[in-house]
Amino acid sequence: MKSDIILRVVAKILIPFALMFALYVQFHGDFGPGGGFQAGVIVAAAVVFYGVIFGLAAARRAVPEPLVESMVAAGVLVYAGVGVAGLLLGGNYLDYFVLDHDPVHGQHRGIFWVEVGVAITVSGVMLKIFYLFAGRGRGFEEDDGP
Amino acid sequence: MTETLAIAALLAMLAVVAVAIARMRNLFGVVVLSGAYSFLMATVLTAFDAADVAMTEAAVGAGISTVLLLGALHLAGSLEAKPASRPWAPLVLAGFTGMLVVYGTYGLPAFSDPQSPIHRHVAPRYLEEGLKETGVPNIVTAVLASYRGYDTLGETTVVFTAGIGVIALLRRRRKGGGAKP
Repeated sequence: MKSDIILRVVAKILIPFALMFALYVQFHGDFGPGGGFQAGVIVAAAVVFYGVIFGLAAARRAVPEPLVESMVAAGVLVYAGVGVAGLLLGGNYLDYFVLDHDPVHGQHRGIFWVEVGVAITVSGVMLKIFYLFAGRGRGFEEDDGP
Repeated sequence: MTETLAIAALLAMLAVVAVAIARMRNLFGVVVLSGAYSFLMATVLTAFDAADVAMTEAAVGAGISTVLLLGALHLAGSLEAKPASRPWAPLVLAGFTGMLVVYGTYGLPAFSDPQSPIHRHVAPRYLEEGLKETGVPNIVTAVLASYRGYDTLGETTVVFTAGIGVIALLRRRRKGGGAKP
């Protein structure tokens, strides 16, 4: 689909907004609908969109495979790390009240990092699955989208 | 009233799409229709005020999985083979199971009944104390990330495990050599 100028222009216009919306969903999830899972999927969808229009190789250049693979694990580690931080600060595992002097702020902080972890793992897994599916049955270097 | 009508119309459209998916032989059409199904479902969920779930349904069901199914289609060809025979037993079995499930719903409390057990256990406490305890106005986020933090950790681990499984299965095949893909 690389040759279709309308798709290319529309994609270039839409992708920044999609990423922006993902950030909004992520960090406004405390107040409005949304959260880590939704934001992670939207980030992945934006990159998938890029890959479909500009080709798999371009998407791999923009978001390299090693980064995606480390995201798969990093998110779970961030989440579990919040639990360990609670332990180190004298609470129970995944106890957010001890993360700050003010318990409510501690809750905020815990929820924030937990959602960050969810978003990282979800977008990593979605992207990795897309890369694997789209890269199958064609040479690795070919760069047209599915 | 309007809401009930809208939901009924949406559910009817869902049924139509589901039947069309089952009957269609052109798999490209099936993929497009399953995307439409997800969008309809997301609209139903929005009508139920479940914005968080609707967002997930639209992004995962209509977005990512459509792309993945199209990718699979690219490998598998886009026309479903005609079945060799038309057995009736599976249809009867599916219909029977469906009726059992519908019969089972009569044992459930009425939809969104505030007196049902699930709404009288921990939910009132979350709703009343949630904002005070966590300072997070979106109760869904508070329950998901704080009160039920362990469950969400498990959920994230499930996503992680699924990703690892797919990586292990589909990882870059070796060129030539007849090795397993």
